[in-house]
Amino acid sequence: MRKLFPVIAVLIVFSVISAACGGTPAPVEQPKVVETVVVTVEVPGETIITKPEAYGSIAARVRERGKLICGIHTSLLGFGYLDANGRNVGFDVDFCRAVAAAVLGDPEKVEFVPMTAADRGPALQTGEVDMLSRNATWTSKREAEWGNFTWTMFYDGQGFIVRKDSGVKTLQDMNGATICVTSGTTTEKNLAAAFADAGLTYEAVIFEETAAVYGAYDEGRCDVATSDKSQLASVQQGFKNPDDHEILDITISKEPLTPAVPTGDDQWSDIVKVVMWGLINAEDYGVTSANVDAMKTSENANIRMLLGSEGDWGYSALGLSPDALANAIKAIGNYGEHYDHYFGPQGIAFTLPRGLNNLWSNGGLIYAPPIK
Amino acid sequence: MTASTEMLAPPTAPGPIAWLRKNLFGDMFNALLTILSLTVILFGSLAILKWVFIGADWRPVTGAPLLYLIGQYPRDQIWRLALSLLLLTFLIGLSWGVWEKFVKAFAIFLGLLLGVLAIIPLETPTVTLGVRAVFLANPLLIYLGYRIGRLQLVKSQHVVTLWLLVTAVIVLALLPGFDSNPLLPRVPTTAWGGLLVTLLLAVGGIVLSFPIGVLLALGRRSSLPVVKVFSILFIEVVRGVPLITILFMFSIILALFLPAESRIDRVIRALIGIVVFSAAYTAENVRGGLQAIPQGQVEAAKAVGLNNFQITALIVLPQAIRMVIPSIVGQFISLFKDTTLVVIVGINDLLGIGKAVLNSDPQFVSLQAEVYVFIAAIFWIFSYYMSYASRLLEKALGVGER
Amino acid sequence: MTMITGVHTRKGIPFWRDERVLNAAAQVISAVIVIGLVYWMIVNFMEITRQRGMLLSYQFLKEPAGFPIAESSIPYDPTMSFGRAFMVGLINTLRVSVLGILFATLLGFFVGLARLSSNWLFNRIALAFIEFHRNIPLLVLLFLWYFSFFSKLPPVKASITLPGPIYINQRGLYLAWPRLTETGNIFMFSIGIGILLASIAWVVLRRRRERTGKSTYFGAVSLGLLILAPTIGWFAAGGTPLLVGIPTLQGFNFKGGLRLTPEFAGMLLGLSLYTAAFIAEAVRSGIQAVQRGQVEAAKAIGLSNYHVLSLIVIPQAMRVIIPPLISQYLNLTKNSSLALAIGFQELFAVGKITINQAGRAIPVFIMVMATYLAMSLFTSLVLNSYNRRIQFIEK
Repeated sequence: MRKLFPVIAVLIVFSVISAACGGTPAPVEQPKVVETVVVTVEVPGETIITKPEAYGSIAARVRERGKLICGIHTSLLGFGYLDANGRNVGFDVDFCRAVAAAVLGDPEKVEFVPMTAADRGPALQTGEVDMLSRNATWTSKREAEWGNFTWTMFYDGQGFIVRKDSGVKTLQDMNGATICVTSGTTTEKNLAAAFADAGLTYEAVIFEETAAVYGAYDEGRCDVATSDKSQLASVQQGFKNPDDHEILDITISKEPLTPAVPTGDDQWSDIVKVVMWGLINAEDYGVTSANVDAMKTSENANIRMLLGSEGDWGYSALGLSPDALANAIKAIGNYGEHYDHYFGPQGIAFTLPRGLNNLWSNGGLIYAPPIK
Repeated sequence: MTASTEMLAPPTAPGPIAWLRKNLFGDMFNALLTILSLTVILFGSLAILKWVFIGADWRPVTGAPLLYLIGQYPRDQIWRLALSLLLLTFLIGLSWGVWEKFVKAFAIFLGLLLGVLAIIPLETPTVTLGVRAVFLANPLLIYLGYRIGRLQLVKSQHVVTLWLLVTAVIVLALLPGFDSNPLLPRVPTTAWGGLLVTLLLAVGGIVLSFPIGVLLALGRRSSLPVVKVFSILFIEVVRGVPLITILFMFSIILALFLPAESRIDRVIRALIGIVVFSAAYTAENVRGGLQAIPQGQVEAAKAVGLNNFQITALIVLPQAIRMVIPSIVGQFISLFKDTTLVVIVGINDLLGIGKAVLNSDPQFVSLQAEVYVFIAAIFWIFSYYMSYASRLLEKALGVGER
Repeated sequence: MTMITGVHTRKGIPFWRDERVLNAAAQVISAVIVIGLVYWMIVNFMEITRQRGMLLSYQFLKEPAGFPIAESSIPYDPTMSFGRAFMVGLINTLRVSVLGILFATLLGFFVGLARLSSNWLFNRIALAFIEFHRNIPLLVLLFLWYFSFFSKLPPVKASITLPGPIYINQRGLYLAWPRLTETGNIFMFSIGIGILLASIAWVVLRRRRERTGKSTYFGAVSLGLLILAPTIGWFAAGGTPLLVGIPTLQGFNFKGGLRLTPEFAGMLLGLSLYTAAFIAEAVRSGIQAVQRGQVEAAKAIGLSNYHVLSLIVIPQAMRVIIPPLISQYLNLTKNSSLALAIGFQELFAVGKITINQAGRAIPVFIMVMATYLAMSLFTSLVLNSYNRRIQFIEK
């Protein structure tokens, strides 16, 4: 019975921990929330700005290290995947390169950290990664618990793909259907909520991996597969008979896919945001990776400002070089170029009409504050 | 079916007909069993062959074979892997020359395997002639090492030293590199992958867990209650939960228990998880060995005036460890297979690379079976070979025959 | 730090060589190191939770889970709580483990005996089975089964139909299965009574036979009780306590009868086959450990092959087989945590999803670990006490 001792000891330890945790919902000893050692920065002239200690620490770390650490996906077609040579590529992944180009002047100075859906929150919370660009939907809960989301890079919505011969057209038609879905993301929660609201039932088949979801759907394990519409469009092209399937005209959720940074460093959050704005503004003004150098002497003052050849768009306060945005644009192109590289008619991943991800001036949602 | 023990070869070789009659058609039941087995084998192998050569679409495998071997290791730094491989195969050849016996089979197997890899016809730009040349050089190096090892002046202690030295250089310097070194720039472990990571985790896991396991085993048999309780607690808790929960703990939860901003490499975190897991099992294996040492040994050592530490280090442990080598090898094989679980915590080992490949092209979505069959085949070859080698080792050590 | 103690300390030995002092020091030092490490980690953890505003409480267990679970033995839908979801996961783990242990044992013994068959071909097939399964990682094996077998089954409309009726298709295995009607509880109760009475009769009558040496027909009496009680229950329940549910195609899928989903079946099959290969090896070496003389002696007194096996060989071999069998059972239970890879949501999968959805990594993790630990310890406790009973009592 000597063996019993460790058992009991462990159970006691566990129950003590549980009791301790359960008893005090939030162990707050002192009212202070974030340790704020106040640093005063002398700005010539008048104002005195106070900033928390963490301000600027991530950018400083990145520069010291000479490398940006970026949490990404390695197995999501189009957004984060490996090419035949093992290079990390994808719509999300290349944004890390743009940030590295802006901060360090070299788009290849990035260390990519592959992440699972479960890692993302903890990795941001513990500051393991400098930024997360891994197909994460921006939600209020995640904003509160994970870190700071920056600027939406891709507007998606959850939809359904079905076989044409099934006759399914509406949500009601799906009553009782078997639905393939990925686990641990907003997708499965949206699905549950949509069906509960409509008073419908369904049978879920849940996988960890997206490839498994679509593999199972394609083989016929499910009547319906649900995910972000961009993903559905991408995999449809790979099905045995792509024309036998259709993506329904139903969208059950908003999925603003947004890069995020750890909380507590406003400067870093601003840097990542501004890089995104730069890419979007570049498309506004027609600045591309090919003509970026020529445009530095453009007649348009806004373009000269964007590319750093005139005035200060805020780079000095952010601790960047004047041509930071120009470097980012040179690295991955403006927003439209970047989009077309992966999803355009000749896109290397798959073809997806821009839809919501068109510029605001073309009826889409892609809009950024001016760089000035 | 009879309960006889395994067939011993008869003293004189009977003719094939007699053999057939004896072993396949002994009586009605046996004949029926034979016919049934034949049908199963025939249809089974026909279906499998048909699928492999006609039904299957091997593009996910043939498109990027290097990915499976080395993952994302930067292709402009690939010479470092090539050099490591060449050094290791040379050492294996050398060991073959010095120790003969069980290294022989492994050396020949490895040489053949790499030789075949070098000449496999594949139409893919990722496998360059240089890569093939490196593979082709390996069998030659093994043979060269063998000839050198046969020379009288090469002693086994030289080879052991060389092994330690070369592995240390490869694992600590050549593969990871250094920050801001133009010749050997740092390659973060997140960029390692495929079979490279699988082997690294398995070998690293068993090597690092061994000393910890021995300490735990001694701790468990210690007369000091505190040490004993801690050891038992550690061993039983780790053995009571699945490996995946331990990996999950070290890759996700551990960061929450360390000072903020401390960053431990992901592969290292998984390795720590594997070491912790493996150490508990090693401890139990070693404990088995310790228990088998007769008390007389300890008493005799005591009588000649050795102190406790000397008794443990010089008398008890060497005997115990020799006794448990086969079970440690068995544990290594299962650890090698268990490393696949790191894919669940997001590390691109062999299986993880398979998944990444499946997700790299929409065309591959329905080709999952092909990728998994390929990966299964690699694992099968390696672990079958290792269990074969461990049987040879068992014989060579004469364990269990006193 | 060996097992030797009790050396007398003479006066004059300096304290740094006094064994008792050294032992005490070693204990204090190791305790300080371990406790210090744990304390340091807890301090760090508190710091991080405070900084990041993470909540450490089990209150979330009462909140609605919001995520679906593929299959459940108890009623579950996403509006129910995280606690309920956790229970569903636990039951799924138990279900696949218990059934897995059953199948793995049966198959393992069969293959182990086949390995000893004098039929060369049959013997080799058993060997191939063992070598195939032992050398492939379970995770890969599960993928292999799922994606190259279960998902290649015909679609619902083209189901394979076997007499019974049994339907096999991509959505699972459907078979006719009795289900209880309103009066079913009475019948189930009577079955319980029957089993209870039969086991009492078995034990009592068997003891009496051992004591008196007279035949007490314990087998027949027990069997009689086992049949009699449910028969009474059947009529007491008004004749139709059970209805046989027959699967029929309705809408997208078959309804009625018993259904095994491909995910559950894949997990069960993969787990059972994998473990069976290890059990088979244990069985083979256990049987080979029985001395040849035992078999020869049994044959000499005229026992048939079957009786040699069942009365002489297996009972003795069991003493060798049981310890590895126990560790295989434990492995199987722990390995069931891989089910998430092929879409069967058990304890670990539900825990992982909960961490994703509720963000409470630590509390959930403690629950998952503690549950696995409790299961492992319970299993080994029960099986080890059985093991102690059947081992030789050395005199």
